Amino acid sequence: MYRNQYDSDITTFSPSGRIHQVEYAMEAVKQGGAAVALKSKQYAVLVSLKRSSSELGSYQKKIFVVDDHVGIAISGLTADARMLCNYMRNECANYNYVYENQMRVERLVTKVADKHQVHTQRYGRRPYGVGLLVAGFDQLGAHIYQTCPSGNFYDYKSISIGSRSQSAKTYLEKHFESFEESSLEQLIIHGLRALRETIPNTDDGLNSKNVSIGIVGENQKFKIIEDEAAQQYLNLLENEEPVEMQTN
Amino acid sequence: MSFEHINFPVFGQVDYFGKQSQQQLQPQQQYTPSHGGKKNTLDPIVTGTSIIAIKYDKGVVMGSDMLLSYGSLARFNSIQRMTKFGGNTIIGASGEYSDFQSITTTLNELVTDDHCMDDGSRLSPEEIWNYLARILYNQRNKGNPLWNTCVVIGYQGGKSFLGKVDLVGTCFKEDIVTCGYGSHIALPLLRKARDDNPNMNLEQAKKLIEDCLRVLFYRDARSSKKIQIAVAGEQGIDISGPIELETYNWNSGEAAVKNFSQV
Repeated sequence: MYRNQYDSDITTFSPSGRIHQVEYAMEAVKQGGAAVALKSKQYAVLVSLKRSSSELGSYQKKIFVVDDHVGIAISGLTADARMLCNYMRNECANYNYVYENQMRVERLVTKVADKHQVHTQRYGRRPYGVGLLVAGFDQLGAHIYQTCPSGNFYDYKSISIGSRSQSAKTYLEKHFESFEESSLEQLIIHGLRALRETIPNTDDGLNSKNVSIGIVGENQKFKIIEDEAAQQYLNLLENEEPVEMQTN
Repeated sequence: MSFEHINFPVFGQVDYFGKQSQQQLQPQQQYTPSHGGKKNTLDPIVTGTSIIAIKYDKGVVMGSDMLLSYGSLARFNSIQRMTKFGGNTIIGASGEYSDFQSITTTLNELVTDDHCMDDGSRLSPEEIWNYLARILYNQRNKGNPLWNTCVVIGYQGGKSFLGKVDLVGTCFKEDIVTCGYGSHIALPLLRKARDDNPNMNLEQAKKLIEDCLRVLFYRDARSSKKIQIAVAGEQGIDISGPIELETYNWNSGEAAVKNFSQV
């Protein structure tokens, strides 16, 4: 590995103006299983690929419910993500108690990003090694946000993170203009297709075990679709003509 | 700081007949005020009277007079008891005025923070109302209530809002809200007017509120005829300047003070 004397301390810049620990944390996000997010006017959809450590074990959970109107898909360190998810749930519950209303998604994401930022500046901390895709619906409509360990966050029409996510991004860039008017089902199909691009040809591909779908929207509470429930969407995927595989 | 110099008989604590001291073998009990003891609001000092409000077809109207009383003394006669918070909400308060000033400070902080989020969305009147209810309920749980009844009106995104919070944190939304003396005098009048004309327009609602405040001026000894009307509707929120109500002229001798500018 490339190591130098500015590696170990998060509060010290390298002479080239970089903070290596933060960049390494960003790297951790790229190692995790892929997750795709996309939205129409009424709905936001998360699709992710779950991994299992062995044949005997279960698949690692990738999509979490934060509140009735928000959910996240993660890539990177799952343990860090659970901490952040817990924090987000807390923030939503508090907001709901104080204002008797659902927290606006951007405000929630800003809070999480601020939490990330603290961990890039204080001595003795390490950055969170996880990237989040936040999907939510509030009075301003459907939202997709991506957060980074660096403390940045971005508003997207559609995005993907995790290993080989570039292939999914290429798919999304090709089709995103049709998303805005898409139905929920079409969004899910697009999400699954984008996710399929990230799987190496040698693998078994998408199945109901390794796919997890999260949906939220107008009059639709955040819901995770997994296992048997996901099969119907995978069937739709099977019936369609295969889209040409992108090489990365 | 020392309070030793304060040594005075306090009503109810002076043993006029000396029975206690004989029995307890303590020649004299001295009253010494405790040092730095916590003091709560046990009763309001400078108070405003009723606030009344009603929804009309496309918004909400609220009215109040401008008098602050010190006990039964009409102490300040030109004080605004309604305040804007952000671009969508107005809150009117009856009860202890200093407590309302404190609430104003707290809510202004909230609204400023909200503005600073700069994310294109604003706290709705309902959210501000609920936040206010949390403040008041929290204070009452400390045994130190903010002695107000607050009426919250607002208009945002084509929806009008009218709600009330009292000093123990009870909060509710209604089409007609009154507090203080107004709950006895104005509420039945407002209800009747509303039943007679369920879809009143702005002008009718304003006149109704003015009429109710006039009746309150006749009946409520802590009220004045100098009033303000606040409106939250499609044109945004607005609090009128002082309006002096037309009232019956009793012609009973020359008044020492003819109008407010003389005071």
